[in-house]
Amino acid sequence: MSTNIDKNTPASEMTIGGNIYKSGNALEFKTGDWRSVKPVYISEKCKQCGLCFPVCPEDAIPVNKEGNREDFNFDYCKGCGVCAKVCPFNAIEMVDEGGN
Amino acid sequence: MGIRERLSGNEAVAYGMRQINPDVVAAFPITPSTEIPQYFSTFVSNGTVDTEFVAVESEHSAMSACIGAEAAGARAMTATSANGLSYMWEMIYIASSLRLPIVMNLVNRAVSGPLNIHNDHSDAMGVRDSGWIMLFSENNQEAYDNLIMAHRIAEHKDVLLPLMICQDGFITSHSIENIELIEDEKVKEFVGKYTPEHYLLNDKEPIAIGPLDVQTYLFEHKYQQAEAMRNAKRVIKEVAEDFEKMTGRKYSFFEEYKMEDAEIAVVCMNSTAGTTKTVVDSLREKGVKAGMVKIRMFRPFPAEELAEALGNLKALAVMDKSDSLNGAGGALFEDVVSGMYTAKKQVPTVSYVYGIGGRDTTSKDIEEVYSYLQEVAKTGNIDNPYRYVGLRK
Repeated sequence: MSTNIDKNTPASEMTIGGNIYKSGNALEFKTGDWRSVKPVYISEKCKQCGLCFPVCPEDAIPVNKEGNREDFNFDYCKGCGVCAKVCPFNAIEMVDEGGN
Repeated sequence: MGIRERLSGNEAVAYGMRQINPDVVAAFPITPSTEIPQYFSTFVSNGTVDTEFVAVESEHSAMSACIGAEAAGARAMTATSANGLSYMWEMIYIASSLRLPIVMNLVNRAVSGPLNIHNDHSDAMGVRDSGWIMLFSENNQEAYDNLIMAHRIAEHKDVLLPLMICQDGFITSHSIENIELIEDEKVKEFVGKYTPEHYLLNDKEPIAIGPLDVQTYLFEHKYQQAEAMRNAKRVIKEVAEDFEKMTGRKYSFFEEYKMEDAEIAVVCMNSTAGTTKTVVDSLREKGVKAGMVKIRMFRPFPAEELAEALGNLKALAVMDKSDSLNGAGGALFEDVVSGMYTAKKQVPTVSYVYGIGGRDTTSKDIEEVYSYLQEVAKTGNIDNPYRYVGLRK
């Protein structure tokens, strides 16, 4: 059974019922292009309080070894805005994906 | 040698479930299958099984709990009838498409409405294309034997499909008849342990079950189900051979009764076969070359084998205990005739709808069917292929 299944995989090599026999494969599914609005990280206002990254449904706010958040990973950020909502310091601003 | 007993169909099936000792039973009571979870729950209370019994709030939940349990890696069973099965309908398809070998006892009853609690096959016919293996049983013995064979078939790696065992509500489920049971140890050995290759509670292999299946994939997954159903024929045969070695009782895709030289025959399922055999015997005494075919394996459907068995008749009647209300004939009739047409076997064939809502079907009714077949065999003419027996017109 193949674990890398795509539109060319014949039925005989597909897993039954669409089962996925390995973990962590959400990484292969980039949800960034779903975005219509995007968060802008304003680092000067950020106090590194740590409230934003646990609420991100896509794990799109990277946290470094020191435990500080960095800028968004736009490969996965869907622009849901939950992080902007929880930020007590207005350090995340939602803007139109169009650019303004 | 087996154990001589006398049990109702429901008792026999509950007895078999005790011997199988599944990991999970989730069920909701509905007439006439209620006694199965009822008897089984006493086994749970008495500690004669170590099954987790889930007293769910509906049949939708019963099938959902079975799906969850089976996906987790457990062996799950249930029982239902008629509207209970209707309420499961959504999950019936989930069970088969996720390839979970759940085993269900379906005690056949008319699907409402108007409300009726008695036997016909409209419940089973409603799920005939849902991807479940369907075995039918003439009496308590066959319901029990089919149950003992069920897991070996459903869990086979080339199959992995859920399986339902049908028996007629009240007629079989509540009638006490003689039965030969198999010793507990022999059943345990025959059924074996359930060892799924992939399952959710395996901490060595994190997996996902039931993801979104878009245009790129669903077609292939349905084809895999169809292949599994085709494979099931071979497995059902192999398991029956092993079962015969253990018990001496032989099970084929269908039973042929006095078919060697038969000129006219009836095809039917479940308890009506008993009545039909009596009629065949009395017709034979009068020199009429009558025979009967009783279908045990309805899904997968033994189309080629049936065409072979029926192809040389002069007239044939297919008995449906459910009206498809399609203006063309019963479901079993359509399956039989399309199989015969494909195999280029042209036999004058009629569809008989009978026994709806538990209407008693007596030997007199069956005689009426054979008497019409004798006429057809003589003339080759069928005035109306869509017929009823036992109906007040």
